[in-house]
Amino acid sequence: MPIQYYIYLCLTLFSIGIIGVLTRRNAIIVFMCVELMLNAVNLLLVAFSKMHHAAAVAGDANTTVGIEGQLFVFFIMVVAAAEVSVGLAIIVMMYRNTHSVDINFLNRLKN
Amino acid sequence: MSTTEILFFFLSALAVFSAIMVLVSKNPVHSVLWLIAVFFAISGHYVLMNAQFLAIVNLIVYAGAIMVLFLFVIMLMNLNAETEPQKHIWMKLAGVISGGCLLLMLISLVRQAIEMGGRKVMMADGNIGLIKNLGRALFTDYVVPFEITSVLFLSAMVGAVVIGKKN
Repeated sequence: MPIQYYIYLCLTLFSIGIIGVLTRRNAIIVFMCVELMLNAVNLLLVAFSKMHHAAAVAGDANTTVGIEGQLFVFFIMVVAAAEVSVGLAIIVMMYRNTHSVDINFLNRLKN
Repeated sequence: MSTTEILFFFLSALAVFSAIMVLVSKNPVHSVLWLIAVFFAISGHYVLMNAQFLAIVNLIVYAGAIMVLFLFVIMLMNLNAETEPQKHIWMKLAGVISGGCLLLMLISLVRQAIEMGGRKVMMADGNIGLIKNLGRALFTDYVVPFEITSVLFLSAMVGAVVIGKKN
């Protein structure tokens, strides 16, 4: 499969995530669109890792070139899990104070 | 068309359609369910590229843990389509146009890139995605980042408890 197909797919998903961040006002949906962008980048990292592996495996059948990309994806997932727990705690606290998840309440970051 | 290509285009269409439905859905619970569909499609892509470990981890961590957390929060706040705040139609249009401009610019950038010409992604083959090789690399070359990750998790847990507790 040519690498361009994967790049186009990931760009589309990433742009949909950006459009979601720009067009929605619900803080939870905005947060979900950030997750969508993270996943698009993860998919692209795996595709590039397999691309480099395909180039390297022609010379040496037992090579592990390209494994770093998949490890980076693993670490990105770990960081995303930590990020979600803290972010949702912040959203719950905001809901407790303002009884709304509208991000326009946050435009002054005060009161 | 081979089976791999058919699966690739089916999973891509599913991912893009579900991602659009995440934005279009008025009800936040439906958005979460569509996002789970996106994660399943992306896991299918990982399986197609023989990244088996990441496919399972993506399902367990994202579709399992993170999305359940989102669902819990949405249901705790009792959000639904009636309480959903809406932006003005012109603001929505401006957001869609700016996102579409970014997509067009990036696609034209990729189309011009000579480095990407003729490069293939290895499908359904290769052993770097297997647990054996990933585990060996993780616990030899990347053992220090792996340990730092545990500290990150501890700090995230403490942070979530401190932020979430009533003062």
